[in-house]
Amino acid sequence: MPEANLSLYLLAGPILFAIGFYSLLVQRHVLRRIMALNVMGVGVFLLFATLAARADAATDPVPHAMVLTGIVVSVCATGLALALAHRLEAAEEDRADGGEAKR
Amino acid sequence: MSLAWIMALLLLAPLVAASLAFALPAAGRWLALATAAAVSFAVVRLAALVLDGGVQVHRVGGWAAPLGIDLRADGLAVLMLAVAAIIGGVVTLYAPAYLANSLATRGERDRFWPPFLMLWTALDALFLSADIFNLYVTLELLALAAVSLVALAGKRAALEAAMRYLFVSLSASLLYLLGVGLVYGECGTLDLSLLAVRSGPGPAMWVAAALMSGGLLAKAALFPMHFWLPPAHANAPAPVSALLSSLVVKGGFYILLRLWFEGLSGLLTPAAAQLFGVLGAAAILWGSLNALFAPRLKILVAYSTVAQLGYLFLLIPLAAGTTDGFTAWSGGLIFLAAHACAKTAMFLSAGNMLHAVGGDRIRDLDGVTHVLPLSAFTFGLSGMSLVGLPPSGGFAGKWLLLGAAIARGQWWWVATLLGGSLLAAAYVIRVLFHAFTRVAAPARSRPVPPVMEWTALALSVLAAGLGFTARGSATLLRVGAPWPSAGAGRA
Repeated sequence: MPEANLSLYLLAGPILFAIGFYSLLVQRHVLRRIMALNVMGVGVFLLFATLAARADAATDPVPHAMVLTGIVVSVCATGLALALAHRLEAAEEDRADGGEAKR
Repeated sequence: MSLAWIMALLLLAPLVAASLAFALPAAGRWLALATAAAVSFAVVRLAALVLDGGVQVHRVGGWAAPLGIDLRADGLAVLMLAVAAIIGGVVTLYAPAYLANSLATRGERDRFWPPFLMLWTALDALFLSADIFNLYVTLELLALAAVSLVALAGKRAALEAAMRYLFVSLSASLLYLLGVGLVYGECGTLDLSLLAVRSGPGPAMWVAAALMSGGLLAKAALFPMHFWLPPAHANAPAPVSALLSSLVVKGGFYILLRLWFEGLSGLLTPAAAQLFGVLGAAAILWGSLNALFAPRLKILVAYSTVAQLGYLFLLIPLAAGTTDGFTAWSGGLIFLAAHACAKTAMFLSAGNMLHAVGGDRIRDLDGVTHVLPLSAFTFGLSGMSLVGLPPSGGFAGKWLLLGAAIARGQWWWVATLLGGSLLAAAYVIRVLFHAFTRVAAPARSRPVPPVMEWTALALSVLAAGLGFTARGSATLLRVGAPWPSAGAGRA
């Protein structure tokens, strides 16, 4: 890959990470925050993929292995976060119903 | 039994048990008991191997790094595995009775076992990992299991605490992972011992070290990144709070030690080391003061964890940059083991007292010694280790840290250690004061199953007597310690 493209990718990863991190801090809605975490993850994976392409001779397989593992971890974490968000929403609806019944 | 079998037992016993507990919910308790037996046996065998033959390395499946996975056991790893086995075993005995009384349905109770066993798997894997990417994976496993356990109670407050914990934990892991990427880009390796040779100061490495440390400090709940800990630990069921406070936060601290004293040891400047110490001192002060004024018992114990974690970080300025950092190193780690036992006993006895009086305000505890003398005694005995009275493990750890601070002329840490002990005494005595109040009519109470009282008591006795084993622990910690000059040295 040409040198100029490579540094573009090297920059893009951390920038995506920063955008995700910023959203995680400022967004209040649970789904937006879960998406922010995913954007952060993608930023890291992009950095790893760029590092793999940077190797002089052949593509370095180690970062690829790490990205694959990272994607699996990220899917699990997102699954848990969504399940938890769902439970939380149900608990909030329960409370809202209870409040109305009392009134 | 060969090394391969021991490693397999340590990792696969809890993993297989977790999967089985998921498929056969009713068997969870028995699977956990079997795991406790298998893991304890393996830890004892591993300790013997490490004491005899030095650092042990196992290549999983015969595949060499970087694509294969190395598992490595030195004295520090064995100590942590042993602590996890003890706490895991006690929680296994305590939890069934507690869950039967606190969670409504059988199905809810059975849901405790799979994430608990998964947490155990993650801890064992974390302590045995020898490269910074595997440490990331185990850290994430640990976080997912811990979040599931916090959400177990299912109440709104617990779910909210779990959600907040999940966001902090995942973003912290990603910060760490970004650092891992930078380190790999600079050094071309993930292996901790290779990094020790290849890593050196430089802008990219500084950024990487800062990112990784930032993430790990949030995981280890060091002040000012502790904000997520009190709600998560206080809203969980008692056995879960005990696991979180004694083991899960130590995972982040363990990786910090591995990084700063092994992989990135070339980057630890005196200023950076002192900064860790200053944050630790702030944690001691802030955590203790919050514990002193906490209205609820579990919040008090959780803030006490924030404070006690601060002591661990004093290890870093006291052990860094010297040819004999071992005194502070062993002191901090013995303190860690003692805190794990004492804090588990404290959370469990707090759980007993809260269960008996049916409230969680500290003033509800008035006269609780009349109905639960054993649990009140357990709370006091574990408090003794937290304060650091001899012969407790807390005393041995603080004594070694004090000795190192005096030897190195860093007097400000002496003041911190002593001041922190006074504050700890104050908040422990505050609880005991309520517990021992004479009340005309004994507090209304529900019976507490004996197993819940005796397991907590046994653990607090262990914490209180741990000071006697300090010499043995130090011998074990010598194996593979970063200071090769004296003793067994690096293998």
